[in-house]
Amino acid sequence: MAETRIPVARPLSPHIQIYKFMLTFVMSGFHRVTGAVLYFGMVLVVWWLVAAASGPNAYAFVQWFMSTIIGRLVLLGFTWGLIHHGLGGVRHLVWDTLHGLGANEREWLARATLAGSISLTVIVWIAGYLIMGGAR
Amino acid sequence: MEPKTVRMKTPLGQVRGFGSARSGTTTFWHQRLTSVAAIPLTIAFIVIVISLLGRNHAAAVQILGSPLVAILMLLFIVTTVYHMWIGMLEIIVDYVHDELLKYLALLANLFFCTVAALASVYAILKLSFGV
Repeated sequence: MAETRIPVARPLSPHIQIYKFMLTFVMSGFHRVTGAVLYFGMVLVVWWLVAAASGPNAYAFVQWFMSTIIGRLVLLGFTWGLIHHGLGGVRHLVWDTLHGLGANEREWLARATLAGSISLTVIVWIAGYLIMGGAR
Repeated sequence: MEPKTVRMKTPLGQVRGFGSARSGTTTFWHQRLTSVAAIPLTIAFIVIVISLLGRNHAAAVQILGSPLVAILMLLFIVTTVYHMWIGMLEIIVDYVHDELLKYLALLANLFFCTVAALASVYAILKLSFGV
């Protein structure tokens, strides 16, 4: 005879709404969100490369768009997202070696990633403006 | 959720035939490989973009078409697009539970990454070889 087993209410893995709102949690979300945004940001890279291959007019249009306020903000976001996701990735690679998983180290790595991504973005943009000034 | 029904199959019998469990870590491992490769390549990409700022089309073509820059750009594109494809695949299977929507999203992910990679590679090669 077949037994009818009543399904047991098994514990579910912790889901997003029960996590305590803390830096490591926010940074984990940032990593995924920056990755997803960079995914669509790749459209800009493709547009830029295809425009360069197409000719001077198409390339000038990309340059014009990037010089507008919206273009500049998009580029700034792209720069920060790329650097932040990159540093976050390094953090994940460190964790893959089973290092840096302690409570203090986690917190320290999270702060270092955020501080590093913001300061590197500023440095890249300063370098960018210096180069642009020099090229003209 | 489908309604719970009486199943005569054992738990082992239910999972047999779905393929080897050994292949499950392929994308996980490839995501690590591409992330390691992306570190120097992203630095190269940022340096290349900065060096092109404010330059006109002729100068940009000359720089992007030079062998070292073109090879670095090709490596950057191929590595990051593969990394992007795995990343978006993981996001889709995490959050999209409707079967039809999930497969449409996975298909869109594959198409998007294929177009992005091929368009970029074509553009870089065209800049390198002229025509």
